[in-house]
Amino acid sequence: MYSEALQHLKPGDWLTLLLGGIFVVLLTLKLWSGDLADKAIIRSGGKIFKEVALSRDQQIEVPGPLGTTIISIQNRKARIASDPSPRQYCVRQGWLQQAGEIALCLPNQVSVELAGSSRRKYDSLNY
Amino acid sequence: MTTSTIKLNTTAEDHHIARMAAVALGLTILESAIPSPLPGVKPGLANIVTLIVLARYGWRAAAWVSLLRVLAGSLMFGNFLAPGFFLSLSGAVCSLVVLAFAQHLPSSWFGSVSHSIYAAFAHITGQMLVVYLWLIPHAGIAYLIPIFATAALVFGTVNGLIAARFMEETPTPSIPQLDKLPDNIPR
Repeated sequence: MYSEALQHLKPGDWLTLLLGGIFVVLLTLKLWSGDLADKAIIRSGGKIFKEVALSRDQQIEVPGPLGTTIISIQNRKARIASDPSPRQYCVRQGWLQQAGEIALCLPNQVSVELAGSSRRKYDSLNY
Repeated sequence: MTTSTIKLNTTAEDHHIARMAAVALGLTILESAIPSPLPGVKPGLANIVTLIVLARYGWRAAAWVSLLRVLAGSLMFGNFLAPGFFLSLSGAVCSLVVLAFAQHLPSSWFGSVSHSIYAAFAHITGQMLVVYLWLIPHAGIAYLIPIFATAALVFGTVNGLIAARFMEETPTPSIPQLDKLPDNIPR
């Protein structure tokens, strides 16, 4: 069936298919690459506790009402390594990689957000 | 007082174009039964008719068939002048513009598949412009472009192959006044 379909493709058609394929790949790479994150903004009790660059691997301990939350930065990614919350939602969220991603530990009032170089004006828009 | 009748004189060409547009319309109805993962991702089966008409009867006839199908389809589905209608219309107009150029590609090298792919990309470009300029002026729609581009490439190829296969199997019916009419004939 495929060989029968292929006989309808002329040489120029193959060129068009190739150009189309390259175009789709370029669009995907350009538009789906996501913003690269530069730094992690750590907040405690609603106020900014520390802004850390992602360039260096490190561990940061953040004190809160329930105990200490440990935030781990590795390979330009950040995650909440441990947290004294009952359901561990923020720990289960895993690695944050792109700008704008955020993990919240509500019981201990700690959050870590990745920020990139471009200023984001809106968190979301509704129509 | 004598009654006056308004009689529209139709030619064989008018009947033929109407018949082609009706076939395209039928394919549109068929296609509406196919669920779509994302609004706007459609196989575009009615474009098979446009491609065949373009290859056999020229760009004018293809433009008539395509635009008649968009208009009649919107009246039938009840979304004439709704945003969906303008999306269809902008897609149809942009793809017709591109086909006006693409039809001059040498036919020994480029077949219906090329026409279909170029028209499909022009179609989604027109639609994304309408969406961005009017409906959702947010840069976030850029995330949808790769999906639409992939669908345009895949479905454009499939529709082109179907059109090429159809034209190979079915000889051109001889319509007396219609064989490859040049564009400079006044209508």
